[in-house]
Amino acid sequence: MDTNNPVVKIDHLKFNYKKHIVFEDLSLEMEPGRIYGLLGENGVGKTTLLRTICGLLRAESGECTVMGMRSASRNPEMLKDIYFVPELFVAPPISVKRFIQSNSLLYPRWDAAQFYKLCLTFDVDPSYRFDKLSHGQQKKALIAFALALNTRVLLMDEPSNGLDIPSKTTLRRVISECATEDRVIAISTHQVRDLENLIDPIIILDRSGMILNANIEQISERLLFTVSPTPDPGAYWSETSLNGYYQVVPNHDGLPSRVNLEALFNATLRNKETFKKLFK
Amino acid sequence: MEFDQHKPIYLQIADAICERILTGTWPEGERIPSVRECGVSLEVNPNTVARSYDELSSEGIIHNKRGIGYFVSPGAKTVIRDKQRGSFISGDLKEMFRKMEILGISIEDITTLYKQYISKGNN
Repeated sequence: MDTNNPVVKIDHLKFNYKKHIVFEDLSLEMEPGRIYGLLGENGVGKTTLLRTICGLLRAESGECTVMGMRSASRNPEMLKDIYFVPELFVAPPISVKRFIQSNSLLYPRWDAAQFYKLCLTFDVDPSYRFDKLSHGQQKKALIAFALALNTRVLLMDEPSNGLDIPSKTTLRRVISECATEDRVIAISTHQVRDLENLIDPIIILDRSGMILNANIEQISERLLFTVSPTPDPGAYWSETSLNGYYQVVPNHDGLPSRVNLEALFNATLRNKETFKKLFK
Repeated sequence: MEFDQHKPIYLQIADAICERILTGTWPEGERIPSVRECGVSLEVNPNTVARSYDELSSEGIIHNKRGIGYFVSPGAKTVIRDKQRGSFISGDLKEMFRKMEILGISIEDITTLYKQYISKGNN
C-alpha cells in the first residue's frame, strides 16, 4: 500500500443530531506516520468525528473512508485495522487478561507480548478484574490494549483524562514509541499541555467545520510565537506576560519559534477566516 | 528534558545532541540513539526528532548508515564549535554588551574578571 495516500479521508461530511447541526461541510485527510491532535471547543464534534471515522456513527451526507473503504459500511476489512479508545468506558466484570484474549481475536496484528510490556510500563496488573481497577488504571489498560492491537488507524478520545502525572509522562512515551510510519493516530484533547510536543499535525475544528489542519513546521513558518515589550496591533493573539506581551503574530521574516498550542488555539478562535486562508 | 519556551523543539533537540557531542558523551564515530529511542525518552513526536536528525545530517554533524542508524561524523566537534561561535558572537555576546551598557560595566572590568577566572582554572 502506498504510504503517502491519506488513510482517512473525509469529504463534505454533514452530520446532525436531530436539529443540532454538528458538521455542515467537513473535509479533511489524515496521512500515515502522524499523530494528529484534534482540538476544538466543547461541542464542536471532536468525539462525533472520531466515532464517524470508525463507523459508530453515520453521517447525513458526504463521505468518510478509511483505507478506501466507507466507514459507514463497517466492512470487516476496515474494522480489523481501526480501533477507538473512548473517553468513557464501562469495564466488564472479567479480568483484563480475559478481556484482551477475547477482544484481540479480530485484529490480525495484535501483539500480546507488547501488551504485557505496556502493562508493565503503565504499572497495570492484567490479572485484576477490569471493573475493580480504578478509573485511571482502567484507562491505562485499555490504552495498552489499543496500542498493542497495531491497527493502522488508532483513535483516542481524551486519553490523558484521569491519568496521574507519572502516567501522563508514560502515555507520551508509549504513544511516541507506537507511532510507526504506517499508522495514523488521532487524539482529541482539551489538555493540550498533556500532549504538547507529541501531537503534530494539529487539526482545529469549529461549528462551521475545520479551521486548520497543519503540521507544526507549517504553523511555525506562518506564525511567530514571541514576546515583545509592546503589543503589536497586528497580533492574532496577545496576552500579558512577565517580560512584556506574549503574542502570536504573522511570521513575515520566517523566524523560528516554538509553537505554543494554547496560544495557537486562542489565536485561531479569534481569527477563524484569516486562519482558514492562511492554512489552506 | 526541560524545553525552553521560545525555540522550536526540533532545534532544542539538535542543540542537546550537539552538547553531548561536544562534551564527549557521544564520541565522534559512535552510534547515537535511534529517532524512535530519542522520541520515547524525550516524550516527543518521532517526526520532530527526525527533523532534528535531518538538520544535523545536513550540517555534517551526524550521518545515517542505512539500516544501522545514525553516527557522529568525524570532525563533528569542529563543525559544532564553528557554528556555536557564530551564534555566541551574534547572540549571547550582543546581549552581554547590552547589559554592560545598562549596568555600567566596562571592558576593563570584564578583562579583570576574565583573567581571574582563567587563573583559577575554572575553565
